[in-house]
Amino acid sequence: MRVHVDQERCQGHNRCHAIAPDLFDVDDLGFAHELGDGAVPVGLEEQARLAAANCPEFAIEITEDA
Amino acid sequence: MTEPRRPVADFATDFDHTDPQWVSDPFPIWDDLRTRCPVAHTDRYGGAWLPVTHDGVAAVAYDTEHFTSRSVIMSELRPGDDDLPAPIGVAPPITSDPPFHADARRMLLPAFGPKKVAAYEPFTRKLCRELLDATAGRPEFDAAVEYAQHIPLRVIVKMLGFPAEDGDIFRRFIHTVIEDVGVSAEEREAEFEASEIDEYLDGRIAEHLAEPRDDLTTFLLEAELDGQRLHPDHVRGTMILLMIAGIDTTWSAIGASLWHLAQHPEDRRRLATEPELMTTAVEEMLRAYAPVTMARLVAEDFEFEGCPFREGDWLLLPFPAANRDPGAFADADDVILDRAVNRHAAFGLGIHRCLGSNLARMELRIALEEWIARYPDFELSDPGAVTWSAGQVRGPRTVPVRIP
Repeated sequence: MRVHVDQERCQGHNRCHAIAPDLFDVDDLGFAHELGDGAVPVGLEEQARLAAANCPEFAIEITEDA
Repeated sequence: MTEPRRPVADFATDFDHTDPQWVSDPFPIWDDLRTRCPVAHTDRYGGAWLPVTHDGVAAVAYDTEHFTSRSVIMSELRPGDDDLPAPIGVAPPITSDPPFHADARRMLLPAFGPKKVAAYEPFTRKLCRELLDATAGRPEFDAAVEYAQHIPLRVIVKMLGFPAEDGDIFRRFIHTVIEDVGVSAEEREAEFEASEIDEYLDGRIAEHLAEPRDDLTTFLLEAELDGQRLHPDHVRGTMILLMIAGIDTTWSAIGASLWHLAQHPEDRRRLATEPELMTTAVEEMLRAYAPVTMARLVAEDFEFEGCPFREGDWLLLPFPAANRDPGAFADADDVILDRAVNRHAAFGLGIHRCLGSNLARMELRIALEEWIARYPDFELSDPGAVTWSAGQVRGPRTVPVRIP
C-alpha cells in the first residue's frame, strides 16, 4: 500500500499527520506530505486508511498493491 | 436604539441568523431546510442565500471565482466598490481573494504551523490550571465566563505581545464586530469608529517598532511581501483578524464542549478513564459544535443549484450545518467521542482553511484535559440560564455548572 498527498488539494488541516505521524509529516507552512516514497509499512494500513478518510479536502490518495 | 428584528416567518424564504430560534438551537432549522429547500433565501441584509448541505457548503467554499471574501461577516453594512482597500480587504488574508490571498496567507502560515503552536502548550496548560485554581472550593460557577472565555483571549494576547490586562479592550471590540450585526449600517460604522481599536493597535505597533520582540507583532512588522514591508493597514488588519478569528471562536468551542459534557455523564466518564480518546473527542466536538459560519458576497450573476444568484448578494456559509448533514456523516446529530471517520469542516474548506486551526485544536484539547482532570464530574446548575451568542460565531456565553 502507498499513500500520497495531493499538493493541489492539501490545505494544511493537519489531520493526517495527527492520525498517522509515521506516514505523514507537515512542512513549516503546515502542508502535509507523505514520508519517504509513501510506502505503508506492514501494520500501518489502518492508520493510512483513517488518515485518508479524515482528510476534509479529500487530498490523500491510497494505492493498494496489486 | 435598534428596533427589535421582525420574527422570521419561514426560514426557507426569510432566514435570519440573529433570530432567537436560530441562536438557541439552529439544528432543527437546518434539518428542515435540507429536506425541502437546501439553498434558502432572505431579503434581509439586502438579500442573502444559505446552503445547508455539506455538498452545497463545499461547492461555495471551493468556488473563489463566483464568490468573493471581500466581506466575511454578513450585516446591514455592505462593502461598496470603493470603500475597501482592494485587493487586501480590511482583515487580510481572510477578506482577500486570489491571487493576493495566497501570498498574504503564505506569509502568516509559518507562525501557526503545528510545531510553532506546540510551543504555546505549556503556557496554555498553566493558564488553564490557574483558572481552575480560582474556582476551587466553589460549588457553582460559570464555565463559559470564568474558564472558557479567558483561554483563547490570553493566548492571542500573549502571541501578539500585548499587555495581558488589555484583554477587555479586545472583548468589547470583538463583540461589536461579531454580534452587533443586526444594527443599521450607520450605527455599525459609528461603533467601529468609537472602538478606537486602530489607535490602540497603533500604540502597540509603535512600542514594537521602538523595541522589537519575539512575538507576532514584531513578526508582522518585519514580514515582507514582494520584498516590501507590509502596509500599516495590512498589519493592523491582520491583528484585528487574529483577535476576531482567534478568540470568540475557540471560546465557543471550549464552552460548547463543556456544555455537552455537563449533560452527558457517560462521555465525561470516558474522557476521564480513556485519555487516549481525546484526539477523536476533540474532532467530534469540533464537528458537532463547530462555532463558525462564514459569509461571502456573490461576485457575478450566475445560477447555483437552480437559484438566481446576483452580484452583491450575501451568502452565509454554515460549516456547522455541513457538519450535521446526514448525507455526509452517519448519525450526524449524535456526539460519538471515538468517531473514527470524521471529515468535518469546522475549520472551513479550501484556500481559507482556518489559519489558526492548529492553535484552536491545541487550546480545546488542553482546556478539556485540564478541566476533566480537575472536575471529572459536573453538571449544569441551571440549564435554562445557558445563553448562546448571536451571529456567525456560535457558542454558549453562560454555562452555569455545579460541582458535586
